[in-house]
Amino acid sequence: MESKLIILLVIILGIIGIAQLVRVYELVSKLRDKKEHEITYRDNQLNSKLMLLFGILQSGSLIFLFLKYGWTGRGVAASVEGNEIDWLLNLNMIIIISVFFLTNGLLFFFSYKYVKKPGVKAYYYPHNNKLEILWTAVPACVLAIIIILGLKTWNNLTSDSPKEAIVIELYGKQFDWTARYSGNDNKLGRFDYKLTLGNNELGLLTKETIDSALFDMQYGPTGIESIKSKLNNEKLVFNDSVISSMTVSLSRKERLARLLTQMKNHHNSKTDKIAWDDVIQKDTLYLCVDQPYELKLRSRDIIHSAYFPQFRVQMNCVPGLPTRLKFTPNITTSEMRKKMNDPKYNFILMCNKICGGAHYKMKMMVVVLNKKEYSNWWKSKANQTFKDSYFASKDI
Amino acid sequence: MASISEEIQNHEKHDDHNDHHHEEHFVSKYIFSQDHKMIGKQFLITAIFMGIIAMLLSILFRLQLAWPGESFETLSFFLGDRWAPDGVLSEDMYLGLVTIHGTVMVFFLLTGGLSGTFSNLLIPLQLGARDMASGFLNMLSYWFFFLSSILMVVSMFVQSGPAMAGWTIYPPLSALPQAISGSGMGMTLWLFSMAIFIAGSLLGSLNYIVTVFNLRTVGMKMTRMPLTIWAFFVTAILGVLSFPVLLSCALLLIMDRMAGTSFYLSDIIIGGEMLTNHGGSILLFEHLFWFLGHPEVYIVLLPALGLSSEIISTNSRKPIFGYRAMIGSILAIGFLSFIVWGHHMYVTGMNPFLGSVFVFTTLLIAIPSAVKVFNYLTTLWKGSIVYTPAMLFAIALVSTFITGGVTGIILADSALDISVHDTYFVVAHFHVVMGMSAVFGMFAGVYHWFPKMYGRMLNTRLGYVHFWLTLVGSYGVFFPMHFVGIAGAPRRYYDYSVYTEFDSNTLNMMMDLNVIITLFSIMAALAQGIFLFNFFYSIYRGPKAPQNPWKSNTLEWTAPVEHIHGNWPGELPTVHRWPYDYSKPGSDVDFIPQNVPLAEGEEEH
Repeated sequence: MESKLIILLVIILGIIGIAQLVRVYELVSKLRDKKEHEITYRDNQLNSKLMLLFGILQSGSLIFLFLKYGWTGRGVAASVEGNEIDWLLNLNMIIIISVFFLTNGLLFFFSYKYVKKPGVKAYYYPHNNKLEILWTAVPACVLAIIIILGLKTWNNLTSDSPKEAIVIELYGKQFDWTARYSGNDNKLGRFDYKLTLGNNELGLLTKETIDSALFDMQYGPTGIESIKSKLNNEKLVFNDSVISSMTVSLSRKERLARLLTQMKNHHNSKTDKIAWDDVIQKDTLYLCVDQPYELKLRSRDIIHSAYFPQFRVQMNCVPGLPTRLKFTPNITTSEMRKKMNDPKYNFILMCNKICGGAHYKMKMMVVVLNKKEYSNWWKSKANQTFKDSYFASKDI
Repeated sequence: MASISEEIQNHEKHDDHNDHHHEEHFVSKYIFSQDHKMIGKQFLITAIFMGIIAMLLSILFRLQLAWPGESFETLSFFLGDRWAPDGVLSEDMYLGLVTIHGTVMVFFLLTGGLSGTFSNLLIPLQLGARDMASGFLNMLSYWFFFLSSILMVVSMFVQSGPAMAGWTIYPPLSALPQAISGSGMGMTLWLFSMAIFIAGSLLGSLNYIVTVFNLRTVGMKMTRMPLTIWAFFVTAILGVLSFPVLLSCALLLIMDRMAGTSFYLSDIIIGGEMLTNHGGSILLFEHLFWFLGHPEVYIVLLPALGLSSEIISTNSRKPIFGYRAMIGSILAIGFLSFIVWGHHMYVTGMNPFLGSVFVFTTLLIAIPSAVKVFNYLTTLWKGSIVYTPAMLFAIALVSTFITGGVTGIILADSALDISVHDTYFVVAHFHVVMGMSAVFGMFAGVYHWFPKMYGRMLNTRLGYVHFWLTLVGSYGVFFPMHFVGIAGAPRRYYDYSVYTEFDSNTLNMMMDLNVIITLFSIMAALAQGIFLFNFFYSIYRGPKAPQNPWKSNTLEWTAPVEHIHGNWPGELPTVHRWPYDYSKPGSDVDFIPQNVPLAEGEEEH
């Protein structure tokens, strides 16, 4: 409290101090008959010199920052696509930095040079069509180059993956990531969000998962029957808001149950095996070097964004809208550690779309292995397919 | 319309005979005023108040970013125990601060404050009109703005916190209170505040357009209008065409939140609850939002460019170079701004081909922008520059317009945007454009037209100090921020502790820079105290202003210093020339106001 009082006192005294200074300044101005709107020679000179100084300082600090941190302060790109993007970025950076130095340099130089001098009149120069055409045409040509190169890269980055690409699904929810490998058939099983349950977090679609989702919806601990029995139980007393939220929940669940029943009636269990051999992976995403990947993205709740800074790829995960991205990692984690001279360096997947309070913690480690290490790891997952984990959890 | 101005004219003549008859009441003069000059001042002061709040919020979250997890008495003082337990900012409130900072700065300071203040003050005065086309609608436009400001401020004090979904309020985060506490009452107030804001903005914009079309004085052809008016005019058209789309965007969100519709929601499980919404599209929201969102950038920027054109020409004592090219580029920027919104959506799942179309249109905007920059440079060339504080800010605006413009080229390029999208590079880019250029334009306008608004002069020396501290401070904030971004730091992160797990070198660099940024931001914020003091002190105690302090050509300086209803006593001035006859050969003085007839044998520019 005392410190606040002192701060308040200092602020008040400061304002009074400035006010007194201004009063003195006004009196002096009055004595010298100086008007506030007449800028003196000295003031003009001072500001013109400061302009030049600032121009130098601005360029200098930019150069300093570049030397110290560089525009690839984020380290080398670790994917084929990343290399292409970095090449293009460097080219664009060279163009824009040249424009920056040229125009800002001229601006501050003119501001210094053409300050008002006694007896020198400004040069009346209202327009010049040739000049104006020149500085319409030159930027247009430079932009044409930027656009053509940019679109070429963009098309490469967003075109279809090659056939040998491994398909993986990334599933985002508040506040973690789950990966689903497509298994030996390289096909992802189908999914439906209504099937999401404790033992089927990604809502995969098979005959068994439909049955258990439907059962849970009707007879589970928060299922339709349990809500109904609570609502109909005369011995329980709820306030209005609880009752209304229970009614809303009940009507939702009844609707979902009907949809699930329809799903069950139309389900063709021939495709179930595509889902059963999928492998669900948490915490760490393992990838193989020089292997193209096709990533399918999905979200359970909010928009997330799958952002791999070192691979230079990013795509939003949108609830209700499947999105995709592709990349080919070309440096393994251990190679990267040597390059970055940091034995603890890792690749990472971060969330880059605001998704709630713990948004900044939502991440998944990424490890790029060489071919041999990768096939060993993949073999270790042979008994951990969705089928294995689903029925194991059911037995318990 | 002619009849209205005649009526006012008659009224004026009538007034001359009955001096004491027309004393206005305090309420009708200062509060429910229909006079455009007073409404302009009301907009300015409200916007300054909102700007102070938003600036303060930014300092609060900058403390957290520079020294994450450290306890600050400042934080607990302003936010209390709930949002800053033990002086450490809470995660949710961090997002709330960011959201309200962005919303208030973009809409309340730079849309309401900038275009509201100067369109109101200058359109009638520079066109030679008695007032706006409809004084009553103009008054309503301010009161809607005021009401929405109040609601926005109130939303910060509700128990569940202010809106926390970022200023872009993407659903489902903004639609579901289960996702974040700010999406409850705070978000509701945010949406209603913005709906009212939009209504006010539309009333204002329609008024500006009608006034420009109909109330120009004799001889004021469209091609003799000052560039300020051209900028306000195009801004108003952009506002009329794009703000209604934001309103529909907000209304659909209100319905999703309150009426159980599924415009934006599909297949969601939130907080353990499975929702039945199906078939809505978040991309729909993003398209609607950015259809306003991008023109909004130019709604913010064009008035600033218009003001600086006028100020640079006046204080270089030279005509603005390429007057018609300047008008052409304002129109081109205005048109193009409507077909570029998709560049905010390259990584949202929008069809990549559509992305390439937006790359093309977005990069086209660089051409009229480059024309403007080179025209400014040529205006300064061989000028006779007078460094009023307004001129300093106007030149700084050109510098930041260049800096922010060139980084825009990186972001417009979809392939490059992938790797810097939603990083601090974007934050740095739009702050240089809006937080520096547009704000500098606003300061330049305040310093230049203060004598017209209050009939007194601001203190020049304090203006210089304010300018240099602001320029150095804000460049000190936003230059390093580009480097944080290019290193890959995502925006809207409460802290960067996640980097300790994979790249501690980058973390060290980012933390070094973040401390520098915060120190500069505190310095720049303190510098605004000098401006506030100067502003409020000079309203009451500044030296009396002469009629035309900057020896300027435009019509507002032919009006008397004392504000009168109807702006000019007697007849309205007649315009004989364009507004940029500075240092014209053959003239003894270096400026010839627009109402001076052409001398014999003199050619119009």
